[in-house]
Amino acid sequence: MDIKELMEKLENEFEDVEKGTIQPETNFKALGEWNSMLALIIIALIDIEYDVKITGDDLRAIETVNDLYQTVTERMEK
Amino acid sequence: MAFFSIQHIDIKGIAAAVPKKKESNWDYDQLTTAEKKLLIKYTGVESRRIATEGITTSDLCFHAAEKLIKSLNWNKEDIDILIFLSQSSDYYLPATSVILQHRLGLPKNCMAFDINLGCSGYVYGLSVISSIMSASSLKKGLLLMGDVSSVSCSKEDKSTYPLFGDAGTATALDLDNSAGKMTFQLNSAGSHHKSIIIPDGGLRNLVSKDSFTVKQVSDGIKRADINLALNGLDVFDFCITEVPKSIKAFFELNGTQEKDYDHFLMHQANKLMNETIRKKLKFKPEKVPYSIQQFGNTSSASIPLTIVTQMKEQVENNFVNLLLAGFGVGFSWGIGSLSLKNIACPELIEI
Repeated sequence: MDIKELMEKLENEFEDVEKGTIQPETNFKALGEWNSMLALIIIALIDIEYDVKITGDDLRAIETVNDLYQTVTERMEK
Repeated sequence: MAFFSIQHIDIKGIAAAVPKKKESNWDYDQLTTAEKKLLIKYTGVESRRIATEGITTSDLCFHAAEKLIKSLNWNKEDIDILIFLSQSSDYYLPATSVILQHRLGLPKNCMAFDINLGCSGYVYGLSVISSIMSASSLKKGLLLMGDVSSVSCSKEDKSTYPLFGDAGTATALDLDNSAGKMTFQLNSAGSHHKSIIIPDGGLRNLVSKDSFTVKQVSDGIKRADINLALNGLDVFDFCITEVPKSIKAFFELNGTQEKDYDHFLMHQANKLMNETIRKKLKFKPEKVPYSIQQFGNTSSASIPLTIVTQMKEQVENNFVNLLLAGFGVGFSWGIGSLSLKNIACPELIEI
């Protein structure tokens, strides 16, 4: 997995987001108004695509796409 | 571990009733248009049926049961057991099942009792009634279940109100030596009991004036302690992990795989959660029917309501092998497998 792939998957998931707008430093909280719903979408995506479990608490600590990428890769290695 | 099989009990018919009154989430005025789009896409709930004042869960179940008994041409005198499974009973006491025994005109020697469960209810309820019938050789049984959840949700709570719909169902079971086996695996995690809760009104927090005080919990969430509170993130986290895990364990214990089932019927919780579970178990979309779009989360009624509204012709005319999963409030969850063959499945009733 690389971060480009993760960014593409996130862009595909959020249909209102234009292609190319998600960057490693993009802050999730700027992607939409409804954080709780956004969190569920990201948890589901990561679980299905990478078989990695992230929680609501993880997401509260995560700010950017790069943070998410780091968390997911760390857990994939375990 | 609660894993067991029951022999010689056959499901003969399933019926469901919903209130006539329909509410669309496009008309839910607590959300912006963008939020409505997001809500409908990810929860899957576009419209719901709402009981008007005076309609109870037992009313919906009563109509479903009456129609089912007629379709099956059953003699009411032969019904030995009635179970009402719900978290919205008529009264604090007596048990609603006993009221239904009389209202349905069932004989006095019919045993009747209530079970207090929600989203896991269909699997749990089937396991209880089939166990009793099989162990005691009772001939005919009625399992009535559902909820009117709309009365307990605060209209100003976007995390609950647009999700839940009202429904009541009836399932008819018969002692039949030629019936295939039903298999169940049942679970509980009471450590999460606060994740879906109506805090006030029971003995732990007696109802008081304060129970009705509406508080702003967070943005878009205003409710009182007499209302349903839902920690969506906790439910989601738990269910997408534990439900697939339990189903995989069930496959192993039961010696079956995904391909042995014609359909996988899940409690209709929310589309994103159910789709995550489906994808993790690698079930094809065409094997997993949904009723959530038109009816919302209907608690314990959701599996039988999905059968009646999405699989009627199939279950009336064919033999289908089903995998069932109910999960939610408690947390309580159960996995079951059974087959349906040419059952009675009357048209959805609207009250």
